[in-house]
Order: sequence, then C-alpha cells, then structure tokens
Amino acid sequence: MDFSDTTEEAAFRMEARAWLDANATPKAHPNQTWASVLEDKTRDNIVRLCKEFQSRRHADGWACLHWPKEYGGRGCTAIERVIYGQEESRYIVPRGVVEIGQGMAGPILMKYATADQKARYLPPMATGEEIWCQIFSEASAGSDLAGLRMAATKDGDADDADWILDGEKIWTSGAHYSDFGITIARSDGAVAKHKGLTFFFIDMKSPGISIAPIRQISGSSHFNSVRFDNVRVPDAQRLGAVGEGWKVALATLMNERVSVGEAPGPDFEQIFALAQTVELNDRPAIENQMVRSKLAHWYCETAGLKNTRMRSVSALSRGETPGPENSITKLVSATKAQDIARFGADLMDQCAVITDPDLVLGDGRFQQSYMQSPAMRIAGGTDEILRNIIAEHVLKLPSEPRADKGLAFSEIPTGNVAGETGP
Amino acid sequence: MNFDFSPEQELLRDQARSFLAANCGAPLARKLLDGNVAAGDDLYRQMAELGWIGTGVPEEYGGFGAGGLELCVLAEELGRGLAPAPIATATYLAIPLLLLAGSEAQKRKYLTPLVGGELTVTIAVNEGPRNATPRNVATMAENNLITGVKYPVADGARADLALVLCADQGGGSFYLVALNEPGVVREDIPAQDPSRPQAKVSFDGAQGKAVGKPGEGWALLAKIYDHAAVLYAFEQMGGAHAALDQACDYARARFAFGRAIGSYQGVKHKLADMYVAATLAKSNCYYAAWALSTDAAELPLAAATARVSATKAFDMCASENIQIHGGMGCTWEVDCHLYYRRARSLAVNIGSNLVWEEKLVRALETRPEEAA
Ligand SMILES: Cc1cc2nc3c(=O)[nH]c(=O)nc-3n(C[C@H](O)[C@H](O)[C@H](O)COP(=O)(O)OP(=O)(O)OC[C@H]3O[C@@H](n4cnc5c(N)ncnc54)[C@H](O)[C@@H]3O)c2cc1C
Repeated sequence: MDFSDTTEEAAFRMEARAWLDANATPKAHPNQTWASVLEDKTRDNIVRLCKEFQSRRHADGWACLHWPKEYGGRGCTAIERVIYGQEESRYIVPRGVVEIGQGMAGPILMKYATADQKARYLPPMATGEEIWCQIFSEASAGSDLAGLRMAATKDGDADDADWILDGEKIWTSGAHYSDFGITIARSDGAVAKHKGLTFFFIDMKSPGISIAPIRQISGSSHFNSVRFDNVRVPDAQRLGAVGEGWKVALATLMNERVSVGEAPGPDFEQIFALAQTVELNDRPAIENQMVRSKLAHWYCETAGLKNTRMRSVSALSRGETPGPENSITKLVSATKAQDIARFGADLMDQCAVITDPDLVLGDGRFQQSYMQSPAMRIAGGTDEILRNIIAEHVLKLPSEPRADKGLAFSEIPTGNVAGETGP
Repeated sequence: MNFDFSPEQELLRDQARSFLAANCGAPLARKLLDGNVAAGDDLYRQMAELGWIGTGVPEEYGGFGAGGLELCVLAEELGRGLAPAPIATATYLAIPLLLLAGSEAQKRKYLTPLVGGELTVTIAVNEGPRNATPRNVATMAENNLITGVKYPVADGARADLALVLCADQGGGSFYLVALNEPGVVREDIPAQDPSRPQAKVSFDGAQGKAVGKPGEGWALLAKIYDHAAVLYAFEQMGGAHAALDQACDYARARFAFGRAIGSYQGVKHKLADMYVAATLAKSNCYYAAWALSTDAAELPLAAATARVSATKAFDMCASENIQIHGGMGCTWEVDCHLYYRRARSLAVNIGSNLVWEEKLVRALETRPEEAA
C-alpha cells in the first residue's frame, strides 16, 4: 500500500501540471468554479468554449486519456487518469459538453463499429469537433429501460435494408447541440422485452428528427425530447446484432457508471468554508457542536468515496473489469449534495432565500444546487435502482418477482401516467 | 500509487482468517459470555506463538519488526472473528506506548515476555462515566506510589501489568504497575460485551515506574489513541462486514409470504445501505493504514476519519442485522447479539464518536493550506 507517486507517476504529474499551467487558469481558491467566472453563460458560448478547450487538449496530446492513441486518445493507465484529475481539479477548465460522447458513445463504437467507422467518427469526437448524445430513455421507459417502444422497422427484405425509426425519446442531455447520438429501439414486439431491441448510432441532422428543449426545475434546459418521425438509418449504423441491443445498452451503462464522478454542487470544502465564515448566535457557526458533527459526517463520506475510487483504480490496474460496486459514488454523492445544499441554506438563515450571487455567500451555488441536486438522484439510475443493483449484483440477493416475466413485450401490463392505456 | 495490501499481507490475512475460524469466533465468545473468564487464555497463547502480539515490535525485542499494515490486516480479521482475547488492548495501545515512551531498560525487560504471551498488559486511563480529560483524572503518583481508582479497565482483572495514567506534573504521566503486587485491588465488573471483559482497579500506594517523561502523559495518550484508532477502525470494519454477511445469508434463506425476505426492497435496500457504510469505512481504513505505516502528517485526520466511519458502519450493520433476523435476532441462541455487543464496546473504548468527530473537525481546522 502506497499512496505516494512512483518516479514515473511523479513525472507524469509534473507533465500534466506544466500543461495545465500553460493552458488553464489556476483556481483563486479551492472552491472556485468555471461557472462563477464565466461572463457569457449562454449555451452557445459554453459549447464553444468546451470545444475550443478540447481541441487544445487534443493538439497537445491530453484528450481522451483512456482512449488508445490511434483514435486521438492518450492511452493512459487508470492511475494516470486519477493523477490528471487531481491536478486538473486545481484549475478552472470548461466542462460538460464532450463527456457523454467520450465516456459512453466512444467506447461502444470501439467495441462494435467497423474499422472505417471508427476511423471516421472517433477522431472528431476526441478533438471536440463533433458532439455526441445518448438517446435511450422514453416517457414510459426510464428505470425500466428495456420497456422502450420506439419502433425500428426494416424498409424491405434485403439483409442490409435501411431501418425506419419511429417514436419519441425524452430526457436526452445535450441533444440540441449534438451532431450524433446513440440510441436503442424495438425491432420486434412479439418476443420478450429484452430480446426485441436493436442498437444504432444516428446523425442528428437526419430528416424526421425534431428536438424540443424541456425546462427543468432549476429553470435551465439541459435535456430535451427527441421525436423520430420515420427517420431513415442505414443498416451499417446498427451496433451489435439485430435483437441484441440490450447487451450493447448494458455495456454502455456500465461505462456510464465508471465515467460518472461525484455529483456537482457545493461539496464538503464549500460547506466547511461556509461554516467558518457565517455566524450562528454571534459566534462562527463552526463552533456549534451540531454543525461540527454534520461536517464530520460529510467529510467521512467524501473521503470514503475518494478512497473507494482509489481502490477501484487498483482493481482496474490489476486487470479487473469495473463492476456494479461503482454504483456507490452516485448513490452517496447525490444525496450528500442535496443535504449540503439544504444545510448551507440553513446556515445562511433568512438570506438563503436570495439567489443573487452578489448578495449571498458561496456565489449562490448552494441555492443552485438545491434546485439541481434532485435530478442527480434520478439521472443515470435512480437511488432506488442503484440500491437494487448493489443488493442483487454485489450482495447476490434474490431479484424481485416480476410482472413481465415470460411475457411477450406486447402483452406486458402498463400504467397510464404517460397517457398510455396499454399497447 | 497502490491502494492494496501486498500479496504477503493478503497471505497473513488468509492465515489469520482460517486460524480464527477454527479456534475462535462465536463459540469462544460465548464461553466468556457464560462467565468462563479464562476461556480466552489459550487463544492468547496461540496468538503469541503465531507471532501476532509482536507484529509491530522490532526484532531486537523479540518481535517481527513488521509495519503497521500487518497489524491492520490482523485487526480486521480479529473483528471479523469476534476475537475475545486481550490482544487489542496489548497490541493497539499498551505495547505501542511502551515502544514510544519506555526507556531502553523497560523495553528490554518487558517486551520479550509480552510478545511471547508470558506477560499481559493493559492501559488504565478512565475514572468513571465520562470521557477522560486532565480535569477528571485524579489518580496520583507520589514518589512512584500510585493511588486512585480506574474504571473501566479493559482486561484489567487478568492482565499482569498496566500502564496507568496519573495526574501529576500538569500534563499527566504514565506509570507501569504490576497488578498482582500489594496495593492493587481489582474486581471484574459486569460488561455489556463480556467477551471483552472490564475491571475496576483500585490503587492504594502501589509501586509504579514512570514510563516516558513526567508531564507528557496526555500528549502520549493522544498519539497512542491516533495509532489505536486506525487499528480499532479495522477491527470495527471487519465486524461490520461479518454482520453484513450474516444478514445477507439470512435474507436469502428466510422466506415470508412465499418468497425470500431478501427479495423485498425494504430489506434489500437496507442491506445495500449497510454495504455502502461498510465500504466507505473500509476505504477510509485503507487510507489510514497507509498514514499509519508511513507516520504521515495526515495521520490524526486519517485516523479520526477511519474511526468515525467504522464506528457508524459497525453500529449500523450490527443493529440492522438483528432487525433482519426478526424475533430470532433477539434470542441468546443466535449470534446477532455478539456483534451488537462488540459494536458498542468498540464504539466507546478509546472515546465515543462524540470525541472522535470533534478530533476530526479540529484536524480539519488545523490542516495546512495545501491539503484542502
Ligand atoms: C438531468 C437528467 C439527465 C438525463 N439525461 C439522460 C440522457 O442523456 N439520456 C437518456 O437516455 N436519459 C437521460 N435521463 C433519463 C434518466 O435515465 C431517467 O430519468 C431515469 O433512469 C429514471 O427513469 P424515469 O424518469 O422514467 O423514472 P421512473 O423509472 O418512472 O421512476 C420513478 C420512481 O420510481 C422508482 N422506481 C422505478 N422502478 C423501480 C423499482 N424497480 N424499484 C424501486 N423503485 C423503482 C424510481 O426510483 C423513481 O423514484 C436523464 C435524467 C435526468 C434527470
């Protein structure tokens, strides 16, 4: 056991630091965020800055650390990625646009696409020229993703006939600025639900796709509904065999679990700084025993997650595949983010109702996080689904009895929340 | 960077686990529960023969000269195996204190028989129902004669020696006292976890020998507690995982309403939360093990973090293990209460989480800038 760098690791760290020094601004204080220094917060500007930064990264060989070099990556080890992340966390860097493509779509293309397709699509994904999104969820299929309904129909009998996609997807993050997307549709409704799915990648400019932003409780519109009206997709853009889309989707979701970090929002360091700054009964709030006890609790969770990730990095470098135990990060950090946001507001007392960053402490981030953290407990697997995964796949507890077992998809009972009364 | 124990350390773990499974575990803990106070003596001798007592002791004093990491591995397995012997008090607290502060002559005289298991040693700090502080520790040493009453003293009724914290010289001082000499009266006191017995030890002019410089007792204790906190955290984390395993086994086997109770989300999600708590504790323990083995500047913070997380994890896993066992969990026959008792005795033995949360936050407040 050794938490200090080897000679090679130390050299890599210095190299990363030198590059960051030359290409990014160090944070003025540990809690400073990109959003707080960004003057023009419009979506277009954010996308532009992210693309620009990615292109600089790529030019100097710091893009897609985990990808092989031939596709524009750096071929780093898991430990090198951790080291880079530690260094980068001390700088202000644009983020939030290229990650879904590079973390989820890229690896799945590497596994299932042809050599020509990889050569065509992966390098521009690495440079940030082309942005990708993940178009999986539907109104009636979120946690129960395999219950999705978008139809994929072959246009003719030829083996390589085009596919026609028809249906409506929802909650697609970044669809409105993406060039391509990965998606999954039902090619056969007469077989069991997991068996009738097929996986594709699509050009977002294909005729018949319409994208409408959805406004979130935070007021911003980060995700969209994506309608497919008879969208034609060449068979060459199918990933995996017909009817085996679920397998491909699972591999993607596994990558999602690995690439997902801690929920954003004020973290332990910010609530700690706030407790030192703000007063409670005329004394610094941090002198209050209840405040101290909560701080201790969140520090233990924060350190526990960090050290758990370190341990999974060790497992990765031993050649083990990332398993369901990675579900812990999001499960713990999303609730922690929500609790910290709420407690930060308590510490600010009546001023907590104000959202003007110039009038409240912490740049208004506690107020923002209060409105954003509920979504973190849902996106990428809800708290409840993650507990099911831990219980069933790590602890090997029996799965629940299922009402859809042994039925063809078309016979499965449905509720009517989404305005549907059945197939 | 490498966040794993080495293959040799994992081998030690395997050996410890199978040894404890064969020679210890619930059956032995139950003998102590039933009042057989000598039941752990054989086990202690065997542990000494295996070299466990001397794991962290340099070879020149009869030990193995291994680092803190080996002790961490052993502590985790002692927790998993519910080991009742006084090994924790000796190897986490008293022996490290002797190593840290004892004179060369004291080390030469005592360490070899301690390591060999011919002598046993404990540490006597608290004086009643409050956390020990310089204001409430009143035991005095006058011309090396000790007078005062200490309780609870872990393993105090059977140990040969005790390191006694006395209130002299402002900062307190430790004295080594032979407990079977005149001037010492000790009585067993009923304890919630009889597999870790407690005693009341009264000193009335008992002969003591100063260990460490006069006036540095409380500072030494703080150092030793940081060290011991890591090892107790490993023991708690091992216990938490054992209780979690027991709960999962039961949840798979027990049926209600025609299906395994582990298939109900009320039970399954509880188990997932127990797993999360035990895993976070484990990861914090690993980091603290590294800090311990390298005597890193982060040790006080890392130790408190591991200690607080592990106390919560074992408390939670032990309580919910009973809940998952239903009525069975409330019976003397089923082992759930052994973990439940051990969880509480380990939760308070070097100060409760009220004390350790405070230490944690204080360590954060005094953190150097760079670390934040
Ligand atoms: C900010 C955000 C971004 C997103 N981005 C994307 C994206 O880019 N691409 C994409 O495809 N999707 C995206 N999603 C969708 C996301 O994956 C789904 O919202 C999520 O999987 C939950 O599905 P649902 O909304 O249909 O809720 P439901 O599945 O209807 O869940 C409703 C409630 O029921 C509970 N529940 C459901 N099933 C069970 C069960 N078996 N046991 C216990 N409880 C259960 C849930 O935990 C939840 O509390 C995003 C969502 C959010 C909030």
